[in-house]
Amino acid sequence: MDMKSLYLLVPLAPLVGAIIAGLFCRIIPRWVAHTATIAGVGIAFAASVVIFMDVMAGNTFNGTVYTWLTSGTYTFEVGFLIDTLTATMMLVVTSVSLMVHIYTIGYMQEDPGYNRFFSYISLFTFSMLMLVMANNFMQLFFGWEAVGLVSYLLIGFWYTRPTAIFANIKAFLVNRVGDFGFILGIGLVLAHFGTLDYATVFAKAPEFANATINIWGDQEWSLMTVTCICLFIGAMGKSAQVPLHVWLPDSMEGPTPISALIHAATMVTAGIFMVARTSPLFELSTTALSFVIVIGAITALFMGFLGIIQNDIKRVVAYSTLSQLGYMTVALGASAYSVAIFHLMTHAFFKALLFLAAGSVIIGMHHDQDIRNMGGLRKYMPITWITSLIGSLALIGTPFLSGFYSKDSIIEAVKFSDIPGAGFAYFAVLAGVFVTAFYSFRMYFLVFHGEERFGKDDHGHGHDDHGDDHHHGLAPGQKPHETPWVVTLPLVLLAIPSVIVGYIAVGPMLAGDYFKDVIYVDQAAHPALATFLSTFHGAAAMGMHAFVTPAFYLAFGGVALSWFFYMKRPDIPAAIQRRFSGINTLLENKYYFDKINEFVFAGGARVLGKALWRGGDVGLIDGLIVNGSARLVGWVSSISRLFQTGFVYHYAFAMIIGLIALMTLWLNRA
Amino acid sequence: MSNYPLLSLAIWIPIGAGLLVLMTGGDRNAPLARMLALAGAVAGFLVTVPLWLGFDVSQGGMQFVELANWIPRFNINYHLGVDGISMLFVVLNAFITIIVVAAGWEVIQNKVAQYMAAFLIMSGLMNGIFSSLDGILFYVFFEASLIPLYLIIGVWGGANRVYAAFKFFLYTLFGSLLFLLALMYLFFQSGGSFSILDWHKLPIELTPQIWVFLAFLIAFAVKVPMWPVHTWLPDAHVEAPTGGSIVLAAIGLKLGAYGFLRFSLPIAPDASQELAGFIIVLSLIAVVYIGFVALIQADMKKLVAYSSIAHMGFVTLGFFMFSALAIEGALVQMISHGFVSGAMFFCIGVMYDRVHSRQIADYGGVVNTMPKFAALFMLFTMANAGLPATSGFVGEFMVILAAVEFNFWVAVLAASSLIMGAAYSLWMYKRVIFGAVANKHVEELTDINGREFAILAVLAICTLWMGLYPQVFTEVMHASVNDLLRHVAVSKIH
Repeated sequence: MDMKSLYLLVPLAPLVGAIIAGLFCRIIPRWVAHTATIAGVGIAFAASVVIFMDVMAGNTFNGTVYTWLTSGTYTFEVGFLIDTLTATMMLVVTSVSLMVHIYTIGYMQEDPGYNRFFSYISLFTFSMLMLVMANNFMQLFFGWEAVGLVSYLLIGFWYTRPTAIFANIKAFLVNRVGDFGFILGIGLVLAHFGTLDYATVFAKAPEFANATINIWGDQEWSLMTVTCICLFIGAMGKSAQVPLHVWLPDSMEGPTPISALIHAATMVTAGIFMVARTSPLFELSTTALSFVIVIGAITALFMGFLGIIQNDIKRVVAYSTLSQLGYMTVALGASAYSVAIFHLMTHAFFKALLFLAAGSVIIGMHHDQDIRNMGGLRKYMPITWITSLIGSLALIGTPFLSGFYSKDSIIEAVKFSDIPGAGFAYFAVLAGVFVTAFYSFRMYFLVFHGEERFGKDDHGHGHDDHGDDHHHGLAPGQKPHETPWVVTLPLVLLAIPSVIVGYIAVGPMLAGDYFKDVIYVDQAAHPALATFLSTFHGAAAMGMHAFVTPAFYLAFGGVALSWFFYMKRPDIPAAIQRRFSGINTLLENKYYFDKINEFVFAGGARVLGKALWRGGDVGLIDGLIVNGSARLVGWVSSISRLFQTGFVYHYAFAMIIGLIALMTLWLNRA
Repeated sequence: MSNYPLLSLAIWIPIGAGLLVLMTGGDRNAPLARMLALAGAVAGFLVTVPLWLGFDVSQGGMQFVELANWIPRFNINYHLGVDGISMLFVVLNAFITIIVVAAGWEVIQNKVAQYMAAFLIMSGLMNGIFSSLDGILFYVFFEASLIPLYLIIGVWGGANRVYAAFKFFLYTLFGSLLFLLALMYLFFQSGGSFSILDWHKLPIELTPQIWVFLAFLIAFAVKVPMWPVHTWLPDAHVEAPTGGSIVLAAIGLKLGAYGFLRFSLPIAPDASQELAGFIIVLSLIAVVYIGFVALIQADMKKLVAYSSIAHMGFVTLGFFMFSALAIEGALVQMISHGFVSGAMFFCIGVMYDRVHSRQIADYGGVVNTMPKFAALFMLFTMANAGLPATSGFVGEFMVILAAVEFNFWVAVLAASSLIMGAAYSLWMYKRVIFGAVANKHVEELTDINGREFAILAVLAICTLWMGLYPQVFTEVMHASVNDLLRHVAVSKIH
């Protein structure tokens, strides 16, 4: 099989699986659905490995599959660009997706929508692969919206739950706000470069470094700044950056496997991927990069704070995801694109692990998600416990684990960055380390250690309102139990890369020329990463060096403090909450973003719609002009009606037919 | 192939079939009327297929031309032909006719023959509009096509059908009178020709061009409909039976838009350039204003009707930016809208047939009882919101991209439909389809039957086909659109 067919096979195999499981979901037995989709994703994974090897051997590809559309001088194509960045993303997507597929067999075994669920996650895998394999902006946008669709379908998977169907429309609409910017950015690229093909655009980009466009009045704006900010608005939606982050915590309404796959490991990183992919454009605008780094820093720090007060196990992980996406964005802003992709990869493994472990806990707890009802689970769920611990340690940046290498590289790169906003970003990512360690181990201790709080009568905070027929929580006296092997196997398989992938990849990916020719950095203008790498002497040395960095002590401090607060003196956090009730209220309301959105945007749109409809359409146009004239005509016709039967269509029909016939006959004769 | 008068066949087969169906008489013979109607619709569609297959994409001029004397004294001819702009609409119209005949199959039990005949005759007349190359012939078809639609709304419509039918009729009649005046002017100005193609070449000074343009504008704007002459459409849709709404949305609205390309732009190019800004503003109002109005509608049909107006705003916007990407995007949007809005109205009809309500509030949780329907409805809702891989995306994408090239702020306003389109479409879907079973009616719903499934499946295939491979649709347009643009770029003022 030639490579081109192999490239095609990668997205199409999951698509075929999705079609089989989806179109026939009401006919086929469950084993057919999961076998077909797992086979599809398995093939995609195997092919991705082969392609990765091939790419490592130096064989990249950029070619067209078919011409989607031509119009005027423009050509829009569907095609693949296979390079190290694509190959990395393909491996991440297919491997995590495969784990999630296997896990789903266990997690969804009691759900009546089993086949439909498999269809959706395979469709997602297809869409995500189309996104990362694209060689042009059009296809990128295609995949971009397609993953959004599947995310929408999956968040609302339990469609009878009011919260789920609220969350899914919210997710779609907030993403559409991002896409609104994104499509304008794509339009600017097309208008000025004449094509949407990556290679051509990137090759031409330097010519536009000083180009300006007239946006408002006489003000001239840098074309690249406007374009990149528009594109980045798209990334803010998909990768949940403040203020377009509001959909991600709510997306936890979806089943846990997709929280791991879509809302942690892959889809939400599409924005990060996109910016890294378009690095030749972003490098031309320091203003845009400043915007990126500030947004990322705000997200990294302030979303982390929210993780501290969450009691729903999935929401803690969700806020952690938001914060980590902020880290990746900060890396992008510091022109450390390769570090962002590196963190994307390590995060995909350990965050998928954490989500799936949370799901395992949820199964063990009989669908109680409140960490206040847990405690001491390590005795009952040993595999889940150990893998969760590994995931948490990786997340907080324990030296030698994967998260350490990627996160520490971000912190170091930002330290050396001198673009506007980098100082604030450095503070944010450093403070974020402490916050991350604190909320992660708060959850870890509350779930796996300490007093066993389950099996009491007053359980079921937070989840009673779902109104579906799952029974939530453990009955009195009932103990949690370890989950079946289909659930724990993916945990173990994800724990392995969570430990080792950073150590292996940090050298080649950052310091080596893995991303040479793929990611472009203007070394003269943005030397931060290069400065950091000049001090890099291998993974082992970096790990040893960690023990003298502030990040290490901040992480350690965070863990220690959470241990003290939640294991030793559980009365202190409660006292702090009471003492600082103002801050607590602010955090509980998530900085009031949701309330503002609901009131100003959702409410405002409805009020405006009503005003335009009642005032404009019904009042002015219909009321005054149309019906006014009609009344006038009505008055006239009330007199003339005396002569007539009143069926206007009789007359009209007769009139037209008669007119044609008469004209034809009479005029031809003459 | 082209030896056959394909365009005449496309016009007269449905009309002949319609008359034949009428002869079956009362509802005793309803089964026969239905079969005849279906046969006529299918035959009418089959004769249009060679138009597409045999179309020479390299040629921008008229193809399949037929020319015969009609009224020699006034030089009025039976002159037909299609180019890359009109050909697809003939095919689309014939295709939609099959859909509406099938859509009314067992739903219409009252005056079946007359119902089917009205649709068939209308289909033939509309093909006449898209293929007329003579001004008077066009006008006759244009006006005559109003009558069947008027009858469909007035006879098989809802409770308030008389108001809606009158409003529809008066609105459109008002526009067409000015149109007739413009035709007369052009006749005298051209020294006695009603040939549209002659008019294209006719030099006219700017002031009369502007008057001609405005006369055309009023006629076509009502049909499109453009803001602010759009208020007849929601009423007409609400009162029309399902089939009427499908034809109105899929084909009816395209007549006015087509008129812009066949008359306004080529006959009055200077006026078109002069007044482009005005049209663009009206189009953007349609996109933005109507988006908000659609959001708060409580009646599903009204909501989709308003969304149609917003989508047609993209069409007129595309026309007046004078670039190939924009005009082809607008044409793609017109065809796509035929599939998507047709399907949306059919979906609403499916629910209306069961529950006898179009109010969103009367539904909720339909997915529980109609899962197959919910899946297909989801596809069309997403297409209505312009999701990539559906046809709804292609036209919007092209027009927005062309708008960025034209003017950034025009693009910003146009792109807002990405948000509003998703908001009103998905919010309606959420309230109607998702959730727990809301009431007894929803609980008693039965999922779509074979006929309904077939209709939706065919439309779904069209929607996806056009979304995944629009090239087959746009390649026939290129030559004609480029000719048009070259033509519009040259001033007619001497």
